[in-house]
Amino acid sequence: MIISIASGKGGTGKTTVAVNLALSLDGAHSVQFLDCDVEEPNAHFFLKPKIRQSQPVFLPIPEVMEEICTYCGKCAEICAYNAIAVLKDSILIFPELCHGCGGCTLLCPEKAIKEKGHRIGIIELGSSNNILFIHGKLDIGQAMSPPLIRAVKKHINSKHTVIIDAPPGTSCPVIESVKRSDFSLLVTEPTPFGLSDLRLAVETLKELKIPFGVIINRADVGDKQIQDYCQKENIPILMNIPMDRNIAVAYSEGKSIIETQPSYREKFLELFEKVQRLKK
Amino acid sequence: MKQLVIISGKGGTGKTIISACFAVLASKKVMADSDVDAANLYLLLHPEIQETHQFSGGKKARIEPERCTQCGECLDVCRFDAISETHEGTIIIDPISCEGCAVCSYICPVEAIEMKKSISGEWFVSRTKYGHFVHARLGIGEENSGKLVTEVRKKAKEIAEKDNLDFVIIDGPPGIGCPVIASLSGTDLALVVTEPTLSGIHDMERVIQMASHFKTRTACCINKFDINLRNVSQIETWCERNSVPLIGKIPYDEEVTKSLTQGIPFVEYSTNSASKEIKEIWERLKQMLNRGV
Repeated sequence: MIISIASGKGGTGKTTVAVNLALSLDGAHSVQFLDCDVEEPNAHFFLKPKIRQSQPVFLPIPEVMEEICTYCGKCAEICAYNAIAVLKDSILIFPELCHGCGGCTLLCPEKAIKEKGHRIGIIELGSSNNILFIHGKLDIGQAMSPPLIRAVKKHINSKHTVIIDAPPGTSCPVIESVKRSDFSLLVTEPTPFGLSDLRLAVETLKELKIPFGVIINRADVGDKQIQDYCQKENIPILMNIPMDRNIAVAYSEGKSIIETQPSYREKFLELFEKVQRLKK
Repeated sequence: MKQLVIISGKGGTGKTIISACFAVLASKKVMADSDVDAANLYLLLHPEIQETHQFSGGKKARIEPERCTQCGECLDVCRFDAISETHEGTIIIDPISCEGCAVCSYICPVEAIEMKKSISGEWFVSRTKYGHFVHARLGIGEENSGKLVTEVRKKAKEIAEKDNLDFVIIDGPPGIGCPVIASLSGTDLALVVTEPTLSGIHDMERVIQMASHFKTRTACCINKFDINLRNVSQIETWCERNSVPLIGKIPYDEEVTKSLTQGIPFVEYSTNSASKEIKEIWERLKQMLNRGV
């Protein structure tokens, strides 16, 4: 089973939920943990994995063999991302705009374009106790995170219980991260910001046809609008985590909730049972 | 006219709350929300929308089933996993996975695939009690958030120039990728809002490195600084070593959430120490912006 943890809004506690769920299941289940927030990966602070393998990830970008090129301009014409400009007697490639679709290479009438790897980041693989850990790290200055997320997700082995920590937002990196999950947990907070972004996340998951439930973090501050919204939309609230300064302080030091408050393990196991019941 | 962007790397550190305070504190400015996939600043500025514009970021492939001969060539060329074959052998294209490269439409021998322009968002120009405001809403699961950010910023700058304003203040998105780069490029200063947590520090370092990669000047402030003082000194050391001015430390304050639920920018809601610190931060930013590089 693949469970993804998403939120719309940043800083609501995605990583906290993902990490504590993984740690609670560790032992009874074989768990694979994927941190797909490749722009700002943080789960490693809490799981402290031993990294055994590190692989750079490359995006195939065009390389023009100018001795063959006739500067006909076909490649620039078909490139949907404006990543190629053809001048009278030279050609410019903008790697940061290239999506690596391979169109120019395929369609060049002179076969004057080959592909070379453009490094966008790395993925690191390791383990933390029995949890198999994988995350991606986008190189500073690179714009394109989806291909790196795809590289992380290539390592999914669905024999395990797979937990995916997704990035914030609702656009392409989030879609790439949650796509093909069996269930999504949406972590929110009871504020107008939390609600506004939860609505967007809900629309996204409906579009993707992924079943989901909501977790309210810092549930006792703010207002009751999240509960009202979930009730009206018939969305299950699977867990409430109260505002607790101890949890916040532990988080700041890279400690999980169950490390400081072991009683939470039961709550996360209950959460997992609910997810198993709801996923079909 | 100077442009200021508020970023953080990590989400939820308080970018929007602080941006809304600047909307109150700054005179002669236009506000912009460039977090186009989860915009929130409107919840504090209560805009009266005056113009709505449709945004079309790109095209999506669409297949004509009657024309398709199921040859499967498109399946082989699509690198985004957007094309698949059903059990009955029908070729289908998933519009959410499609990145609009159009390679399938070029390769299809019977011209069964067409590239259709998709409306992938909207952007708005509004009046608020704090002045003009530009924000946007990206369609669900859409690409091209960077392009939409650029639209928002272009309009904000245009208003600032026309009305002879002093500042464009941009509430940025989390992360360090495409929409953040689009939010940052060409600004005069980036304020990085961090929090004293290991995640906050790590993400702050990455986003500041990203800004200096694009040669944008940065300043840093710590929100909820009293959660972990040891981490605060780590941030101080890092900022000093990297010559990033640390221009403020805002204490954790439960009143902030209350102001949020009432939809009021915090400096308007409260005059306590957190509120005073945000005012100080704005004064320092103003000095930095006016002093220039």
